[in-house]
Amino acid sequence: MYGYAGRVLHVDLTTGKTRTEPLNEDYAKKYIGGIGLGMRLWLDYSKAGVDPFSPENPLVLATGPTSGSVWPTGGNGHAFVSKSPQSYGIAEAKSHGSFGTELKRAGYDAVVFHGRAEKPVYVWIDDDSVQILDASHLWGKSPAETEDMIKEELGDYYIRVAAIGPAGEKLVRIACIINEKSRAAGRCGLGAVMGSKNLKAIAVRGTKDVMVAKPDEFLEFVKEFHERMKGPATKKYRTLGTPENVLVHNALHCMPTRNYNNAHFEAAEKVSGEYLNERYVAKIIGCSSCAMRCEHVCVVNEGPYKGAMARVEYEPLWAMGPYCGIDRLDAIIKGSELCNYYGIDSISAGVIVGFAMDCFENGILTVKDMDGIEARFGNHEAMVKLIEKIGKREGIGDILAEGVKFAAEKIGKGAEKLAQHIKGVEVTGYDLRCLKTAALGFAVSFRGADHNRHGAYAFDVKGKFNRLTYEKGRAKAVKDIEDVYTVIDSLIICKFSRGTYYKEFEDLAKLYTLVTGWETTPEEMRLKGERINNLARVINVREGLGRKDDTLPWKVMNVPIPDEGPSKGAYVTKEELELMLDDYYEVRGWTKDGIPTPEKLKALGMDDLIPIVEAKIRKA
Amino acid sequence: MVKIHERRFVSADPDKCVGCQVCEYICSWNKEKVFNPLKSRIRVVRLNPLVNISITCRLCEDPPCVAACPRDALTQSEENGTILVDEDKCNGCGWCIEACDYGAISLHPDKKVVFVCDLCKDKPDGPQCVKWCPEEALDLVTADVLAQKARITATKKLFQEALKVASPT
Repeated sequence: MYGYAGRVLHVDLTTGKTRTEPLNEDYAKKYIGGIGLGMRLWLDYSKAGVDPFSPENPLVLATGPTSGSVWPTGGNGHAFVSKSPQSYGIAEAKSHGSFGTELKRAGYDAVVFHGRAEKPVYVWIDDDSVQILDASHLWGKSPAETEDMIKEELGDYYIRVAAIGPAGEKLVRIACIINEKSRAAGRCGLGAVMGSKNLKAIAVRGTKDVMVAKPDEFLEFVKEFHERMKGPATKKYRTLGTPENVLVHNALHCMPTRNYNNAHFEAAEKVSGEYLNERYVAKIIGCSSCAMRCEHVCVVNEGPYKGAMARVEYEPLWAMGPYCGIDRLDAIIKGSELCNYYGIDSISAGVIVGFAMDCFENGILTVKDMDGIEARFGNHEAMVKLIEKIGKREGIGDILAEGVKFAAEKIGKGAEKLAQHIKGVEVTGYDLRCLKTAALGFAVSFRGADHNRHGAYAFDVKGKFNRLTYEKGRAKAVKDIEDVYTVIDSLIICKFSRGTYYKEFEDLAKLYTLVTGWETTPEEMRLKGERINNLARVINVREGLGRKDDTLPWKVMNVPIPDEGPSKGAYVTKEELELMLDDYYEVRGWTKDGIPTPEKLKALGMDDLIPIVEAKIRKA
Repeated sequence: MVKIHERRFVSADPDKCVGCQVCEYICSWNKEKVFNPLKSRIRVVRLNPLVNISITCRLCEDPPCVAACPRDALTQSEENGTILVDEDKCNGCGWCIEACDYGAISLHPDKKVVFVCDLCKDKPDGPQCVKWCPEEALDLVTADVLAQKARITATKKLFQEALKVASPT
């Protein structure tokens, strides 16, 4: 087998036993790798309705067929998959760096962690040797500290480590899994699932060779993509980086501000990509095998947050900045650093703080509730303190650590209306009231509120569709791009490079063919993407999610954009949402309730999953 | 023996190197027909996100690795100063690895002999890592050219403002 290592490792943390099994070639062909393979393995090893924090909920780690090769951006990714403690549906999150390459070289396409260790442990994968080692001395440490300590005690500085921080240990529902100190598998709370297993870290050393099926043609293709990556498709990532979005979104009045109270931030200039690059960016670095470079590493050189260092992207910047009414980049960099320290998703962290500030402004939470913090919008000190409290589950942080959905349920007094989430996962930096193609993409995203499952915002922002209205037929565009995105996340390549695949499925199919040696047509590649989206939906259906959960945050459907300007008055009506969902389910070939039909699954070669949907269709 | 002033070696510009490891993959491919950084003659070090560099053999004068070898397995090329490893003599003892200040020599994972950069002597267009580096951070240079480049960079930093005024744009 080329591209694949050909093995899946199972680690039972309850019994301490490990075993390997050959990679199911049929799964590899159908679900590629990454999130596709990961979700399929999760489905096979879990029971319907399993609690995310139960030992019965497996945590899957998967690489893709391009991992460990020199494919630009493709060599370096890995994905975690499990059941989300936020959405109670499928959770998946990817990260890049070098961790995935090491796992591939150790000889595994995926690792399935079962059960729960009695006490804190870490798993040390050294090629064929797999050991479960004591981690009690690492408990309470940050992912970066954990990594350093593990490298020291194992005596190899080239070992790659993915770890949880104190937040994952304390089951903070937005906890993430961080590799190489600053790269996060961020969304859906997978760090909490890892924490529930008493699994502090995964350390890997791989010394085996990685081969591709057609190396000469493959390297030609690599060279071509190196050139493409120097071109316009990736310019944004190489120059200002994603923070370029701040001024773009602000001009269109589609940047959620102060917990969705506004769609425009009056102080956007001060948190813009331009301002950031001029004052804070110290170096732009790259992942393993990448020919672009995007990681804008920022350092604060003066003031109260002097010494803070973190990578900054648009989403966390937006969440801890405009979404909280904050116009100070030094505080945002500090906030990002704290998120990395505690191991929490910095998007969700910022959105939770914005929510808490809104509760405070509306008198739902008092100064006393807030442990004495004057949590007004714009108070950067409050933002930093609240992130720390969430990371530690301390005081008000213990409630906020539940995520906005569950925190609002605990707080009551109408806080639900201020909780901006979809399927329990906090929103991201696109105002869905005035980006209606994106609104559909977000509503149906299988991992909850997220821009990275579809990228449909681009149609709105770039003017392909009228962003303020929705008409039947547009769902086709959302479906098509979703099918590209699942392929991207399964290969795994980086979404920042998506623009370099000029011919989309044709390029992706060529890549897959050169790596694996399995001749694959563009149409077959597209089918893989569609299949993986259906797989995710089948899982969510099995877990009880359906049409009722394909919805939008309360403010998106009830509070028109108040700001004078290009988006004034926009919001999504109930009728519009129903139209979107009908349109989308139809184009997906699903029932009115959003359940994939047996015919659809048969057409996609997923006959073995038909019993899951049949039971649900009968019930509906 | 080629004079030290004329000896060219692969050097990474720390300002440009982003730690992407493309050089490692390309080296292992060219030398061993596999993708595996452990089989690369050039290795990347990332101390923290801000500190990245790739390191390979500097072709030292009176190389300590050659002197350290108890089995006379290492010699320095008369022609270009690269370190030549006699794989029949080398037993992988590691004295040369200890002697090298740069970590430029490694023990081969499979063959159990040491290996080191040979400037891609079999390639007409020279070191492949230099050719492939996406950031153009790698260069095949003499120590004299390195010094010249460093002086020019330092001067540019010192006279940033003046250069802004002076440049035609």
